[in-house]
Amino acid sequence: MPVNYVLQRLLYMVVTLLLLSAAVFAIIQLPEGDYADYVVNSLRTASPNMAFSEEQEALIRARYGLDRPLIVQYFSWLGNVLKGDFGVSFFWQQPVSELIGERIALTATISFITIILVYAIAIPIGIYSATHQYSVGDYAFTTLGFVGLATPNFLLALIFMWLAFRYLGWNITGLFSTRFSDAPWSFAKVIDMLKHLPAPVLILATAGTASVIRVFRGSLLDELRKQYVITARAKGAPERSLLFKYPVRVALNPIVASLGGLLPFLLSGSALTSIVLALPTTGPMLLNALLRQDMLLAAGFLLMLGALGIIGVFISDLLLVAIDPRIRFEKKAAG
Amino acid sequence: MNKPDQIITAGRKETAEQEKLYAASSWTLMRRKFFKHKLALVGLTGLAVLYLVAAFAGFFSVWGTFQRSSDHVFAPPTRVRIFHDGRLVRPFVYGLVPGRDPETLRKLFEIDESQVYPIRLFVRGEEEYKLLGLFPARTRLFGVDEPGKLYLFGADHLGRDVYSRILTGARVSLSVGLVGVALSFVIGAILGGISGFFGGTVDLLIQRLIEFLQSLPQIPLWMALAAAVPPRFPPVRLYFLVTVILSIVSWTELARVVRSKIIQLREEDYVVAARIAAANERRIITRHLLPGFMSYLIVSLTLAVPSMILGETALSFIGVGLKPPVVSWGVLLNQAQNFRTVALQPWLLIPGLFVVATVLLFNFMGDGLRDAADPYH
Repeated sequence: MPVNYVLQRLLYMVVTLLLLSAAVFAIIQLPEGDYADYVVNSLRTASPNMAFSEEQEALIRARYGLDRPLIVQYFSWLGNVLKGDFGVSFFWQQPVSELIGERIALTATISFITIILVYAIAIPIGIYSATHQYSVGDYAFTTLGFVGLATPNFLLALIFMWLAFRYLGWNITGLFSTRFSDAPWSFAKVIDMLKHLPAPVLILATAGTASVIRVFRGSLLDELRKQYVITARAKGAPERSLLFKYPVRVALNPIVASLGGLLPFLLSGSALTSIVLALPTTGPMLLNALLRQDMLLAAGFLLMLGALGIIGVFISDLLLVAIDPRIRFEKKAAG
Repeated sequence: MNKPDQIITAGRKETAEQEKLYAASSWTLMRRKFFKHKLALVGLTGLAVLYLVAAFAGFFSVWGTFQRSSDHVFAPPTRVRIFHDGRLVRPFVYGLVPGRDPETLRKLFEIDESQVYPIRLFVRGEEEYKLLGLFPARTRLFGVDEPGKLYLFGADHLGRDVYSRILTGARVSLSVGLVGVALSFVIGAILGGISGFFGGTVDLLIQRLIEFLQSLPQIPLWMALAAAVPPRFPPVRLYFLVTVILSIVSWTELARVVRSKIIQLREEDYVVAARIAAANERRIITRHLLPGFMSYLIVSLTLAVPSMILGETALSFIGVGLKPPVVSWGVLLNQAQNFRTVALQPWLLIPGLFVVATVLLFNFMGDGLRDAADPYH
């Protein structure tokens, strides 16, 4: 792999990450008022008779460091983030890194399993559809794909929820049984989680599969029409090895290229599904943090989700170069 | 056997037909190709019906959008029947008697088969509405006589008619896509155009900006921006802000299409010829470049509408987009957020089916347009 290319992509990634941090910081400044206002308001509602002076408000503001100029706040926040300190969630009174850590880990686990499932379902279907173009099966899968693309994830989750309740009497919400939800991690808890995992993973995968089938079917069809396939067939190459030796491998390229896009898609797509299915992943907590103006917590989530997406793009760029000699040599020739 | 002169006329007819085809403008060819695409026609017709119904929502509704009935909280969809006493009659509904389960005290609705309310056309509604938002009117397309109740898609937690609310919500949900796309189109065409036409550093900067925006996780970004909108914002400004938020990411795709097409067309012989003939920049852009990629732009625009509609639905669904009293499909779905509601009142999910149908129709039409955009292919 050309070193220059890797370095260039790496530098680009770092710059993008810095931009992301600035954008995130700007976004969390947008809401009217800050956390100090929230505290004062909730204290007022708690004890309506108590009067709050300007100085007391200022004291609360100073306590959270919200009285400093924005640019100072940004750089002190960024400096801490680089050290792994995301600050303290105002609402939870816990370090943000702790709150985020577990949830990002769960989100990443679910997303990872989902991606594998998406490919495991989509690639065989894509191969079938492309090799049996305009057959009944192809039409069926294409139609399903159309509907799948048109259905928002959360609606799919709601429909699955209703179907599971109506016909099986199951409640598929939540990732843990009640007795495990606040319990520390143990073997039993993992087992409990594995039992609850299939439903959300299946729902997320269904949504991702549609687009992958579409892209893969299209690129494989393009590939199958090419000269070398016809030549190989004319020379009597067996159909199966003919298919898997080159066209399938080449057609996988756009899929790998979209891997970088699939990761943020799953991370953000899972946000809404998680809210519906009450999963303890990033989505619900981010939403609450945003609604409560728990700035640092929201910032931590946005930063981590954005960073995962950007790193995903970086990895898929490198993967593309690694699996496709044409891109590799082109870059070499150019650089 | 054909007589020789018959063969000759047949041949002539064919050439005439072919000549017409060769002489046809690209727009004629596009129209022809589009109308051959069956799915695209389904999409076009379906959307036309949806937008028409949305425009005359009051007329097609059964109830007023905010009309409540405390006796009919969570009434399930009323079944429209055509058999009474074993005889085929005009469509009617039975009376609905609210009651309670004697043991669980849960609300129940019993059907009283002694009360028959035929569905009548052009009935006088209880509540006045504004036709097209302008003319006060009372006539509704269909309904039943009081005290009969017709809840085609059931009732919500205040006893409001879900069907009528879906029609009202269609106005917002269907227009958000168009307004948002119009906005993205302006930003995308200008920035993409600058990027492609001038190239160089400007191009580089705009391209990096686009890549950056596209690498952001879309839904969390939307959530964060929408949550920043003050909660007690007037509906019209809220609506506008939500469309602006939805456009923040979607203009990037349009800008890319415009840029790549301009770069491709800039080198075409006819553009070079125009330049040599001393046509100014403005003339080259409006006369030679724009018609060249207009069709591709229309395709991208059509395909961008569904993602806007889905975005609005998602944001309103989690409660950070549009909020009551604004009625949109997402706002309606917001009621069906928890497990209890979905299990007990599944009809509150029906607005979601309208979202899916609309997005499907747009995709069908977009597919047809994509095929038609390149009629010489």
